[in-house]
Amino acid sequence: MAATVPKRIRESAADRAFLITIYIVLSLVVLAVIYPLVFIISSSLSSPAAVTSGRVWLWPVDISFSGYRALFNTPEILTGYGNSIFYTVVGTLISVVLTIMIAYPLSRRSFFGRNALMMIITFTMIFSGGLIPTYMVVKQLHLIDTRWALLIPNAIWVWQVIIARSFFKSSIPEELLEASEMDGCSDMRFIWSIVLPLSKPIIAVLVLMYAVGQWNAYFDALIYLKSADLFPLQLILRSIIIQNNSAGAMDAAKMVERQQLAELLKYSLIVVATLPVLVIYPFVQRHFVQGMLVGSIKG
Amino acid sequence: MRKHWQLHLLVIPPLLFFLIFKYYPMINAVLAFKDYNVIKGIWGSPWVGLQNFRLFFENPLFWTLVKNTIILSGYLLLAGFPIPILLALMINEVRSTKFKKFVQLVSFAPYFISTVVMVSIIMLFLAPRLGFANIALNFFGLESVNFLGEPGMFRSIYVWSDIWQTAGYSAVIYLAALAGIDPTLYEAAKVDGASRFQKIRHVDLPGLVPTIVIILILNVGNVMAIGFEKVYLLQNPLNLANSEIIATYVYSIGLLNANYSFATAVGLFNSLINLVLLVTVNGLAKRVTNNSIW
Repeated sequence: MAATVPKRIRESAADRAFLITIYIVLSLVVLAVIYPLVFIISSSLSSPAAVTSGRVWLWPVDISFSGYRALFNTPEILTGYGNSIFYTVVGTLISVVLTIMIAYPLSRRSFFGRNALMMIITFTMIFSGGLIPTYMVVKQLHLIDTRWALLIPNAIWVWQVIIARSFFKSSIPEELLEASEMDGCSDMRFIWSIVLPLSKPIIAVLVLMYAVGQWNAYFDALIYLKSADLFPLQLILRSIIIQNNSAGAMDAAKMVERQQLAELLKYSLIVVATLPVLVIYPFVQRHFVQGMLVGSIKG
Repeated sequence: MRKHWQLHLLVIPPLLFFLIFKYYPMINAVLAFKDYNVIKGIWGSPWVGLQNFRLFFENPLFWTLVKNTIILSGYLLLAGFPIPILLALMINEVRSTKFKKFVQLVSFAPYFISTVVMVSIIMLFLAPRLGFANIALNFFGLESVNFLGEPGMFRSIYVWSDIWQTAGYSAVIYLAALAGIDPTLYEAAKVDGASRFQKIRHVDLPGLVPTIVIILILNVGNVMAIGFEKVYLLQNPLNLANSEIIATYVYSIGLLNANYSFATAVGLFNSLINLVLLVTVNGLAKRVTNNSIW
């Protein structure tokens, strides 16, 4: 019935005004989100003098790469970058494997003790022993000041288990399992040759979530690590920008120039530390949204 | 069960993870009732009953910490909770797929910025002399403000930067819920001659209620667990009056001053309040709206 009446005529003036207001508000939202990001990138590409005198407000002024050059001449930053890549790759691998290992059995109706196990896991979402008791465990296991401290104690996120479980539940047809059981296929074999190939979307979501989490993490490093050569980039970033420890990190000739460069370095550092995540982001956003939808169907 | 032994084998390593890194710390939390001695270890140290808790309650800082924690998270909840809902309702009205995707892509992006980078950005923008905010203030002939040195500004800085960072991400869940609303309801509204606003008011919002309630419960359940990392990074001696919360206090007393037992007691108090809040709100929601997380 509605189809017989053209939409454009039904649209009243009030409705159109309402819609225009929405477009304006959303455009402002977009501006408010984008502006700081553009400002940071432009600053990082401007000359030190332009940045410190406040001449940059939208586009780069006196384009220069001195911030980036200074950054690549700072050994701590390079070490941090290397460490972060290591933690992200290895940590993500461990996390994804462990998450699938528990999420898949939990999705199987025939799995004995499924509800009890689910309870055990979700309870840790609402109650925890706290910072100090957890620290003591890591210490008792002699993981303090080792790379393992950043890879193991936070390896599994309960939320990711829930999302993965919902995915397995809704996208692995029961009939497939029955058929393969009939053919005498073992559970391992079934997982390897049927579940995993069918689960590429959720594996992508897990990989991305854990990878972003690892790349951005700093608190575990702050409490568990002591040796500077193990520090991830985020910890170096904190020391240079937030605690303002940049002066010693560079060898610029004059004091003023050095201070200006230190200021500029902060912008370049922010860009470099965020780049890997933001570059892959537009490609993966669809998967993230999908993953969240799956998770929210049965939360 | 015998038939599926492989599945049980698979579960062992992750289960061990939860037992060692989640449950064992809960047992370690007996530290709160002990006077920890490094040589004697957790179990050898003498019991002191509730002494650590009493010390905390009698501490002059107690009320400041509880107040700061609750006000900060209350503010975040009040300001931050409705915005993603509004955002989702607005995005949902947009008919142009391109614009819709663009808004989502952009508003979602800040979620992936790390806490350290976020705080770095805040500090660069609000820096006393060279920060963008002060340059803008000076441009309009106003005096510079040391934003991060003003205790009164701390909460707003924390809350609004958080909204900037997470509103787009949080809106996705509501968008998903909106997508799930029965299309016949919209047709009925159209037939009845509902305006766009009336459609939002009478179809969209009621359709969102279950999701809103669940998210609200989860948020209230996190009131005491407010993001330690960001508060800690934004903290400085000048704004400490408003920025010292229970979690940051536990860190500085426990790990920096190695006062393990006392800090564990404070942390345990925090977790318990959190649990009580969650259970209460969940119960209330169940009675009032019939939605709950368990």
